[in-house]
Amino acid sequence: MAEQVKTSTTSTVAGQPLSSVPLVKSATAQIQAVPLPRRLVGARAWGIGAIVVIGALLPFALQNFYIFQLTLAMVYAIALIGLNMLVGYNGQVSLGHGALYAIGAYIAAILMNSYDWPYWLSVLPAGVVCLVFGYFFGLPALRLSGHYLALASLALAVTTPQVLKHKALEQWTGGFSGIVLSKPEVPFGLPINQDQWIYFFVYAIMLVLFLGAYNLLRGRIGRAMIAIRDQPIAAEAMGINSAIIKTSTFGVSAFYTGVAGALSAIVVQFVSPDSYDFFLSITLLVGIAVGGFATISGAIYGALFILLVPNFAGELSKSAPWAIYGVLLILVMYFLPTGFAGFVRMIGQRLSAMFTR
Amino acid sequence: MDALLHQIFSGIASGGIYAGLALALVMIYQSTGHINFAQGEMAMFSTYIAWELIDYGTPYWGAFFLTIVFAFAAGVAIERLVIRPFHNLPVIALIIVFIGLLVVVNSTASWIFGTTLKTFPSPFPSEPLWNNHYISNHELGSIGVVLIIVAILFVFFRYTTLGLAMRAVAENPISSRLVGIRVSWMLALGWGLAAAIGAVSGMLVAPILYLDSSMMGGVLIYSLAGAILGGLDNPWGAAVGGFIIGIMENVLGAYVIGTQLKFSVALIVIVVVLLLRPAGLFGRTVVTRV
Repeated sequence: MAEQVKTSTTSTVAGQPLSSVPLVKSATAQIQAVPLPRRLVGARAWGIGAIVVIGALLPFALQNFYIFQLTLAMVYAIALIGLNMLVGYNGQVSLGHGALYAIGAYIAAILMNSYDWPYWLSVLPAGVVCLVFGYFFGLPALRLSGHYLALASLALAVTTPQVLKHKALEQWTGGFSGIVLSKPEVPFGLPINQDQWIYFFVYAIMLVLFLGAYNLLRGRIGRAMIAIRDQPIAAEAMGINSAIIKTSTFGVSAFYTGVAGALSAIVVQFVSPDSYDFFLSITLLVGIAVGGFATISGAIYGALFILLVPNFAGELSKSAPWAIYGVLLILVMYFLPTGFAGFVRMIGQRLSAMFTR
Repeated sequence: MDALLHQIFSGIASGGIYAGLALALVMIYQSTGHINFAQGEMAMFSTYIAWELIDYGTPYWGAFFLTIVFAFAAGVAIERLVIRPFHNLPVIALIIVFIGLLVVVNSTASWIFGTTLKTFPSPFPSEPLWNNHYISNHELGSIGVVLIIVAILFVFFRYTTLGLAMRAVAENPISSRLVGIRVSWMLALGWGLAAAIGAVSGMLVAPILYLDSSMMGGVLIYSLAGAILGGLDNPWGAAVGGFIIGIMENVLGAYVIGTQLKFSVALIVIVVVLLLRPAGLFGRTVVTRV
C-alpha cells in the first residue's frame, strides 16, 4: 500500500533558520519519489491482494494467544493510521490521542455494560462521539503549532484518566476498578472459536478503514492536508480553506482512534482508567514515527513494533527492558528517519531500478 | 484563614520546586528552541548520584557541587552524542528522541539504584525559623536557592558575552555562525546548564517527595505549566509561573475542585494560557516575517 505523494514537499532547509525546519517531512521528501514503472504497479496490487488473503488465513494457522496478539496489533494499526493522518499528513503533533482512544473504549464499554447494546453496534457511536470531540478540540488547536500543540494535547492525555476516575461519573465508568465486559459470542453457528471470530471482526473493520484512509489521503483532501503541512501560506493562497481542513482532519483522526479504542474494549473485554495513561499517547506517537510519517503501510509496521518490541526487550534484558526499548527507539529514528515504510519503499525502488535498467 | 495561609505557603514551597525545573526547561528552550521532555528524568538521575555520594560519606555541600558538575558534563555529553545527530531532522523526530531518552534514563535509574524509596537529607536545619508552623526551613531554603539561580541566569544572559552568544544562537543560528560563534558548542553548553539546574531542583525535591525513579514525573508537568504560564523565553517569567502554579495547585486543590482533579489544574492552565496569550505572561511576542 505504499503511496507516492507527487505534490512537491519542502526540502530546502539549508537556507532557513533552524526554527523553520518543517515539522514533518514525508518519506517522499527524503527518498527521491520515483513513480513505479507501469508493469510493477500491477505487481504491487497483486502483492497487496496476497497480503490481504494471508491476513484472512492466519487465524487458522496460529494458536489463540498469537491470534489475540495479532488482533491487538490490528487495533493499534487503526489508531495509528488515524494519528498519522493528523501528525504525518497534516503536521499537527498530538500527544493526546491516548485520551481519544480511552473515550472510544469507554463509550463502547458503557453502551455494552449499562445499556446492553450488542458489541458490533457500539463501535460506530464510539467513533462518532470521538469525531465530534476531535473536531471541537481541533478548533483551539488551530491557534497552536509544533511544541505548543503537543503540550496542549498532552494536557488532554493526562487529564482524561483523572476525569474517568471521578466520582460524578462512577455510576457509568465504574471508577478506579473500570468495567469488565463479556467475550463476544460467535454468530451464525460458524465453526470457529471466539478468538478467531474477534480477529475476523476487527480485520474486516480494519480493511474498510484502511481503504477509506487510502482514498481520503490519495485524493484532493489528502493533497490539501499535505500542502497545509508544508506550505501553509501558499496553501491558503491556492484557495485551500486551511481551518476547515485542519479541524476536519482532527475529527477524522479522532474517529479512527475512537473506533480503535472501542475495538480494544471488545478485544480485551476490560476498560480501566489506568490502561489509558499518558504512556499510551506516547506509544501511539512512537508507533507512527517507527512505522513512517505520512505513510499508510507504516501503521502496520508501527503497530507490530509497539506490540512486540516491549516483549522482545523484556526477553533480551530482564532487568531494564524499557532501557532497551528506548535505545531501540533512538536508533530507529537515527538509522530510519522515514520509518520502516520509508525503508521498505527504498528497498523496493532499488529493486525496481535494478530490474528495469 | 489559618488553613488558607497554610495552603498558600505550601503552594509557594512546591512552586519553588516547579520554578527550579521550569528554569531548566527554559534554558534548553532558549538555546535550542526545544522542550526537553526528559529534563525531569535527567534531574532524577543526578539526584541519585548525589545520594550515592552522600551514602559514601561525602559532606552534603561537597556532594551537591560534585553532582552539579556531573550533571553539567552529562548534559553536554547527551547533547553531543544523542541530540546532535538529529539536528537536521524535523521537530517531531526530536520529540520522539526526547521520549526515548526519558524512557532510557528512567529505567536505567531504577535498574542501577533499585526501586525502593530513599530518604534524601536536607541541608537546612529542621527546627523552623521563629517557630512558625507555616513553612519549614527546607522549603524556605529551596525558594532562596531558586531565586539565586534566577539571579545568576539573569546576569549571565544579560551581561556576559557568553550569554549574549547563547541568545544569538537561539535567535538565528546561521547568522551567529557567520559572526564566528561556535553554534554547536553553545547548544551543548545550553544542555549542560539546563542539566545542572535540573540537578539542583532534583536535590531540592528529593527531601520532600523521597527519592524514587518516578519522582519527577508529576513535577515535570507542573513545571511545564509554570514555564508556559510565565513565558518560555524568560527565566524570571518561568520562575514566577512556577510559583503561581504551585499556589494555584494547592489552593484550588483544597477548596475548589478537590485533590482528585488537582493534576488537571496545571493542564487547564497550559491550555488556557496557550490560547489566550501563547507567549506567556512575561514572554516576548515574536513576530515572524513570512
